[in-house]
Amino acid sequence: MQLGKEKTRLSRRGFVTAGMLGGAAVAIGCSSAKQGNWDFLSDSQARTLAAICDQIVPADGFPSASQAGVLYYIDKQLARHYRRNRDEYRHGLEQASHRSRSRFGRDLADLTSEHQLEIVRAIEQEDHAFFELVRKHTFEGYYGSPRHGGNRDAISWRMLGLAEPPVRGRAQYDLRKPAS
Amino acid sequence: MKQVNAVIVGAGAAGGIVAKELAVAGLSVVLLERGKWYTANDCRKDDLRNQRTTVLGNAFGPEDEGNPRVVVDSSGVPRIVLPSEGAYSNNAACVGGGTLSYGAQAWRYLPQDFRMRSTYGAPQGSSLEDWPISYDDLEPFYEKAEYEIGVSGDYSGTPFHGPRRRPLPMPPLPPNREFGILEPAAKRLGLHPFHIPIARNSVPYNGRGPCMRCRWCVGFACEVDAKNGSQNTVIPVALATGNCELRTECMAKEILTDQRGRARGVSYFDANGHLQEQISDIVVVSGCATESARLLLNSRSSLFPNGLGNRYDQVGRNLQGHYYTGAMGYFDYDTYDDIGPGASIAISDYNHGTAGLCGGGMLANEFIRLPIHTTERLPANTPRWGLGHKQAMREWHKRTIVITGPTQQIPSADARVTLDPSVKDKWGIPVVRISGNVHPHTFEIGEVQAKRAEMWLREAGAMSTIATASRPAIVSAGQHQAGTCRMGNDPRGSVVNRNCQIHDVDNVFVIDSSVHVNNGGFNPVLTIMAIAYYASDALVRDWKGTRFRP
Repeated sequence: MQLGKEKTRLSRRGFVTAGMLGGAAVAIGCSSAKQGNWDFLSDSQARTLAAICDQIVPADGFPSASQAGVLYYIDKQLARHYRRNRDEYRHGLEQASHRSRSRFGRDLADLTSEHQLEIVRAIEQEDHAFFELVRKHTFEGYYGSPRHGGNRDAISWRMLGLAEPPVRGRAQYDLRKPAS
Repeated sequence: MKQVNAVIVGAGAAGGIVAKELAVAGLSVVLLERGKWYTANDCRKDDLRNQRTTVLGNAFGPEDEGNPRVVVDSSGVPRIVLPSEGAYSNNAACVGGGTLSYGAQAWRYLPQDFRMRSTYGAPQGSSLEDWPISYDDLEPFYEKAEYEIGVSGDYSGTPFHGPRRRPLPMPPLPPNREFGILEPAAKRLGLHPFHIPIARNSVPYNGRGPCMRCRWCVGFACEVDAKNGSQNTVIPVALATGNCELRTECMAKEILTDQRGRARGVSYFDANGHLQEQISDIVVVSGCATESARLLLNSRSSLFPNGLGNRYDQVGRNLQGHYYTGAMGYFDYDTYDDIGPGASIAISDYNHGTAGLCGGGMLANEFIRLPIHTTERLPANTPRWGLGHKQAMREWHKRTIVITGPTQQIPSADARVTLDPSVKDKWGIPVVRISGNVHPHTFEIGEVQAKRAEMWLREAGAMSTIATASRPAIVSAGQHQAGTCRMGNDPRGSVVNRNCQIHDVDNVFVIDSSVHVNNGGFNPVLTIMAIAYYASDALVRDWKGTRFRP
């Protein structure tokens, strides 16, 4: 049982690492991300979402949201704990694309950062619930534990000057036995 | 299945102690727990999935699947909530209950906390009452809890505590940086800061080592097993007697009664989902305030059509928890050293004695600082997202101090647990429905407390502060949930007597925070434990007098 769990986790990590390259590519506007990288999102949805997330946490001296793996966090959770939010993402991303196309004639991911910001501000005003959901999930993916697919190499924790959680000697006591 | 002397439902703070006390006294005991037995090896320092920050669920139960509740807030519309949502008012479902993953602040209530109505009078519309027992009745049992569970700390800095015969068994942990900043400031204000009593080993104690001074206490199991709960103290002792059998992943369905109106045992679903009956001489309900009330309400029969102990419609009423208020302060230097104990310094100067307020509360520095928390705790006027937000994260994560504390709850009979008429859990048992709110005077107290927290932070050198005192639309009854089976002398206004025995049925006991008449201005766990020792003592004495033998 325990072995099986460990194996799943490791293969999962392999998948996430492989996918990370695609994430970086998305972030710089390259459209060669492989099909089937995602548990829930389509490649097109992922490109749109990356553009929104990267306005919420933009790159400066430290990586942007998508560069730190936030899309992998959100995608993974939309297949798991956040299954209940799938429709909001489907609808919200479609609206975001529509908004971008009708305003600038192009996909959100293909706009300049200034134009993306303009669209994301409009989403915040006019599709507030969806924006708040993405904002919350982006922060979770960027500032939360790397275990869940975001915060690659604990980059945000290092940005804040924090160590990874210390593991200074896990107890191996058998708690079922009484203390003597 | 073999008949036993006692079935205890719930292996948490109280149930574990009752199991140990009865088993040591020679009674045969079955301890039922709906959750699993986790150990230090199950400790994952996962900031998104733990018992306090439940973004991705509860680490120690219950699971989001199959354990719904229904909440009716001030809007009046019932809605289904999941265990990982705040409104659910969750406590952990595991061996140890909340004590596996709690922050472990181990406070005694003050003598006045047991005499609230006599001290203040009851605000209009509230159900504020005196307890039928006093601080002095509980004092020996507070001490027993401090020594058997293991508490470190130092009360010598404050005059605001009840009489005690012995000091705490362990010295406090060394101060962290926040302690060093806040202590002189409090003294300049004429206050009495001191080391928080915490059920955590500061030195080797009870066969286990000391705290390694990480800051990941609240919400997590301790990976060096230096934090003391029922799972690593009393429950192992109970099992070692050979008189106690612990059955995990067993969900109690109802208390069974005979035609004379006495309990004859408990029916429960075992780990395989099969319905079982455990016959016993006595039944002890220790499921915490929401689930204990639910079990009594679900135990209906022709003699008890409204549930056990509920002849006067008192079961589930006076639901309380703690309404936390305080403030965040922003400093121009690093105040955070990432070293435990997280919560290290407190004042209890303001628990009582403010004109116009029915009580107050303890104030202490916050336990843990996770980056995910800081995203919502930045100074006023910080952009909510974008580059400005990211820069503010870097600037303020280590330059913030949070002071917060539990406000004395003014109970209301309308804040209550009932059974939802239609929603059932994965076993098909009707679920908890929570409705109502604490008395509004609670919020007035909390708002004054928030101003005091700001004052302390400013005196400590904070450049700016933000008070945190909203008015929630539903009673907040999470880990500190209490009050639903109130202790009292009058059967019309309470559920159990001063020995935690149901008025109606003399071989059924409710021993947990459900019996709290009010919840003090402190974390309640040591009081829960003291009551468990106190009630067990009475129970064993009655047992030896053969009062419960058929």
